[in-house]
Amino acid sequence: MADLDVKVFRFDPDTDDKPRYDTYQVTYREGMTILDVLFYILENLDGSLAFRYACREAICGNCAMYVNGLQRLACKTQVKDLKTTELFIEPLPSLPVIKDLVVDLDSFFGKYVSIKPYLIPAESPPEKEYYQSQSDRHVLNEAVDCILCGACYSSCPAVWTDEDYLGPAALIKAFRFYADSRDGAQKERLDLVAHEHGLWRCHTVFNCVEVCPKGIDNTSAIQYLKKQAVGRALGMGVGKRAAT
Amino acid sequence: MIYHQVLVVGGGLAGLRAAIETGDKLDVAVISRVNPVRSHSVAAQGGINGALANAENGRDDTPERHAFDTVKGSDYLADQDAVEIMTHDAPIRIIEMEHWGCPFSRTPEGKIAQRPFGGAGYPRTCYAADKTGHALLHTMYEQAIRRGVQVYEEWQVQRLVLENGKTRGVIAMNLITGQLEAFQAEAVLLATGGAGRVFARSTNSLIVTGAGQAMAYKAGIPLKDMEFIQFHPTALYGPSILISEAARGEGGYLKNNRGERFMEKYAPKAMELSPRDIVARSIQTEINEGRGFGDPGAGGYVHLDLTHLGKEKIMERLPAIRDIAMSFAGVDPIEKPIPIQPGMHYTMGGIDCNADGETVAEGFYAAGEVACVSVHGANRLGGNSLLETIVFGQRSGAAMLRYVMGLDKTRQGTIALEAALREEKERVEELLQRDGAENPGRLHEELRNTMFYKIGVFRQEEEMREGLEKVRELKDRVKKIHIAHKGRRYNLDLARNLELEGMVEMAEVIALGAITRKESRGSHYRLDHRERDDANWLKHTLAYRTDDGPRLDYKPVTITRYQPEARRY
Repeated sequence: MADLDVKVFRFDPDTDDKPRYDTYQVTYREGMTILDVLFYILENLDGSLAFRYACREAICGNCAMYVNGLQRLACKTQVKDLKTTELFIEPLPSLPVIKDLVVDLDSFFGKYVSIKPYLIPAESPPEKEYYQSQSDRHVLNEAVDCILCGACYSSCPAVWTDEDYLGPAALIKAFRFYADSRDGAQKERLDLVAHEHGLWRCHTVFNCVEVCPKGIDNTSAIQYLKKQAVGRALGMGVGKRAAT
Repeated sequence: MIYHQVLVVGGGLAGLRAAIETGDKLDVAVISRVNPVRSHSVAAQGGINGALANAENGRDDTPERHAFDTVKGSDYLADQDAVEIMTHDAPIRIIEMEHWGCPFSRTPEGKIAQRPFGGAGYPRTCYAADKTGHALLHTMYEQAIRRGVQVYEEWQVQRLVLENGKTRGVIAMNLITGQLEAFQAEAVLLATGGAGRVFARSTNSLIVTGAGQAMAYKAGIPLKDMEFIQFHPTALYGPSILISEAARGEGGYLKNNRGERFMEKYAPKAMELSPRDIVARSIQTEINEGRGFGDPGAGGYVHLDLTHLGKEKIMERLPAIRDIAMSFAGVDPIEKPIPIQPGMHYTMGGIDCNADGETVAEGFYAAGEVACVSVHGANRLGGNSLLETIVFGQRSGAAMLRYVMGLDKTRQGTIALEAALREEKERVEELLQRDGAENPGRLHEELRNTMFYKIGVFRQEEEMREGLEKVRELKDRVKKIHIAHKGRRYNLDLARNLELEGMVEMAEVIALGAITRKESRGSHYRLDHRERDDANWLKHTLAYRTDDGPRLDYKPVTITRYQPEARRY
């Protein structure tokens, strides 16, 4: 592969009036990821570049950014998979920029906290573990894989147009606990999400599903919660068992 | 000056667990250079050990058997009283995580599922598929949110401030603004992880730099057993990403270029499930003797073959491994073997502390990989590091609570903290102004290559001496590094390279400890001293910082029930 032509979004609110794009020439080597490209620039071409990183194996969620027109994890994205030598690297759209590729995720995490993202058991725990069947655990398989990277949130048109919308990640967490056989707060959980800035704001665009680096089907989980909320409104009771 | 009664540095499992322990009764804050869920605990895969006796063929497992396996695995360097505490607390802490919502995989009867792991006599490793660290860390973070634990995110702690042997607080830099700030506290816990990135071919997160050990060392706290570096047998060839021991726990084979399961030559009974030090050396021997694959210049590799496990088992038990192999090596393990080689994985040594996290300085505590209690001795068993974080996180939290509740005088050391803050500001200023010629990125590369290739899986005097000499050269050159960017806001160039000096010092401690220890024990394997030497070396190394480099001292190993014997698997 030829040398890479890398355009990177640059903005330092301390010194810049407005953002710009800087272009760097980077020599491709086999196995190079977008994160490798950024480190190459940082260490050899431009020490002023800011970006987030940590695990470099797609599990910590710190390096979500917008690469050639899609939200992706920089560490997981192989340059060769982009099938071009022209790279266009930008911060996650729709989030305030702290500097360059680093965005402010406060609204994202604030909404995550608002849905009470922790187990609320119905009664005090047994002496040993709660028993949970393999099929009950299986229901959680995708939802517990969320790495809170923010890719889905950034990709969602409902987030762009309603700043109070909880967004896909907070809703998948709501699902994750709602559907957990050990949880006892189904009613409260539905109250927290069944409103115009919650479940009903999802218009099933599926952008979140398309960009999720962990392959989570957020949209279906949200539709499941919608069904639960409708079932409750029709007096069919609350909770997984009541509704199925 | 910011004040909290307790400061926890590091938002991984150990740090969050300690903060949860103290949070109800004291004003506690966590300082972390990343959002807590980005911490390296998240990358742990295979599981967490505890004698729950849930597995069909593990019903008579006990904490005592777990303790014995751990001590034997440690090549008898672990302190046995501390190991017994850990294995006793293991079921309590694991059940607690389950009650807090951790999505463990399940047995057919609905209990926490357990799988076999290296060096363990029973299927003792509790797991959540092959993403156990992720499951545990997110659960712990959820509990911290539930309790309203305050977190200073993206703050990098630069310095531990002690005065007359008492803890006063820390100096930290806000990474977003670049501002330095003094934090005053009655008790400080370091839970910042290991020193993986001092080595090339590390499986560790890029933020695992040994900063905590370096900070404590600089403040005069001794580091223990730093020469014991774990090389994981199965790091993905190329990017060195961890391929969990669970792959072998679930039945994966290691094969050389003749298609032989070569472990039968090295450990005929335990085979692929021998402890990590033994498997890593066996793989390296195959590669060195020409029975590996690939370019020997790039280290070569052998095969980790899962194809016989079948699609269903791989998808159910090892989905993340499959994802990693496909994303980073273009190999689907359902169809083809995974190319692997040994990679630096874990720092057995660390800040010298006891089973309550207490160190030689009053009010200063350590827990998790940054610490050395010692429960891992010369070789850690897989599944014991996640365990260590939650057991000793909880215990050090409880110890800090007792300590702070018992204090007469509080908010001491304001003047010392102000002086330290001034000095740190000057250090940053000097680094930014410096007209050095050294490229820090390249210097770091030289450092990690030196450590991996000179003080690596197989060690010998002459090579290690060359390594130490090189490290000392780098110690001079690091004083001349050039920081290209002078701005303050999110200055990665500055933040990363402020740590480089500490990394070089950690390398020096590791190298000197390894050269001085003239025996082979656990992960420390010397071609010129192939036997364990209990008469002379059944003791912990302690390294103290002096202006001329580390001063080494030693202290005895605590032995309770298990007399050292030959280690066979």
